[in-house]
Amino acid sequence: MSVWEWFTDPANWTGENGIPVRTWEQLEISFFAMAIALVISLPVALTLGHLRKGVFLATNVGNIGRAVPTLGVLTILASIPEIGIGNLAAILALALFAIPPVLTNTFTGIASVDDEVRDAANGMGMGGFAILSKVEVPLAMPLIAAGIRTATVQVVATASLAALVGGGGLGRYVVDGFALQDNTLIVAGAILTALLAMAAELLLSFLQRRVTPKGLRQAGQAEVEAQEIPAAPAPA
Amino acid sequence: MSPLAAVLPTEAANPWLSWDYVTSNSEELVAAGQEHLVLTVSSVLLAMIFAFPLALLVRRYRKLEAPVLGLSGVLYTIPSLALISLLWPIFGLTPWTVIIALAVYALLVVLRNTVVGLDSVSENVVDAARGMGMGKRQLLAKVELPLAVPTILAGIRIATVSTVGMVTIGALVGYGGFGTLILSGFQNNFYHAQILTATLCCVLLAVMFEVLLQIVERITAPWARKQIV
Repeated sequence: MSVWEWFTDPANWTGENGIPVRTWEQLEISFFAMAIALVISLPVALTLGHLRKGVFLATNVGNIGRAVPTLGVLTILASIPEIGIGNLAAILALALFAIPPVLTNTFTGIASVDDEVRDAANGMGMGGFAILSKVEVPLAMPLIAAGIRTATVQVVATASLAALVGGGGLGRYVVDGFALQDNTLIVAGAILTALLAMAAELLLSFLQRRVTPKGLRQAGQAEVEAQEIPAAPAPA
Repeated sequence: MSPLAAVLPTEAANPWLSWDYVTSNSEELVAAGQEHLVLTVSSVLLAMIFAFPLALLVRRYRKLEAPVLGLSGVLYTIPSLALISLLWPIFGLTPWTVIIALAVYALLVVLRNTVVGLDSVSENVVDAARGMGMGKRQLLAKVELPLAVPTILAGIRIATVSTVGMVTIGALVGYGGFGTLILSGFQNNFYHAQILTATLCCVLLAVMFEVLLQIVERITAPWARKQIV
């Protein structure tokens, strides 16, 4: 069966192992992983950035993340009896790898807000929390959004590894394809995984532009691009 | 029986850290390490061979810049699991399936950093060099390249360290270095010692490359020490 025939076969669009269900599983895994990562990293990064403390931690956490292989963390978590094989191990592993980009970008964004701007806000009678929420966060929005985008795209792409530890998602086709020596299944799964990752990238770069405050859109965008190049994350 | 009792015996027989594992499997570990090293270095070298001419081409024909960098961005979002799987019908169960897939990612990082590095050479410096009578080729070799070295080397370092991690995914086609040990340990009844040892070895290799390449950066571009994080 050719790859085209596989995609046009109605049987592959229904049921437990159908494309919609597998896609949904992948999105579910990604959603929970990102939720955990954001709950952990945003408060830490916002606090440290506002206090301008922990530069070393915030800048080096990314390097550590790059050096640790996702496959290793994934299989270690799945081998812990309390976690076990399946989607939970994948969600936790992906969450761990989503923390560095969000943490680093948010910290950098908040900590690099001009001191004079903070002083002005202070002079207007704003307290620490008001400065953070009304001045620092809006100004840091381009970088924060870039970090969340990078992490999310990486998570959606890497979620296909869940299948290696008995989980679901689109990686299921690839892993089953290798087990069955079925080239069509492998290639079809690879195409679906790649398409989903690209769709995530497109959607999130659109959203990133939307959440950037209007006044920052032009200047902010250029700054984000410049920041992203040296900090290129490891693709899954 | 309490749940703890059910867990304890297997836990005791299956420790995460075991020196016994290392000594009795040292040959296997060394072989995996060599494979990991060869796959990493080949991918990055292959990437560099294509990245540098491409960077010069992009700089000469500016119209190419947006499509080339745009296409690299698109390729970068393809998960390595997918890229290795897409290449596998072409190259089969050979190391090339892994090397070429990983070279694609490394290429993007090195290409981007090379173009950015060359572009960020100050206009004034370029003007001064022209004023001294330098031609295009001399300008590139004597002014632009040396000034872009920190950025280019940082790109190579980031690409190499990322590649070390991604090599593990090659386990899917049997060429994953330490990744093959991780996956087989996992499939072999959660062999904890093998999974953790291979993962730690992989981290160690990445850290070694990070440190080594940072030293190279410091030696070749001592003036840029403060700029690179």
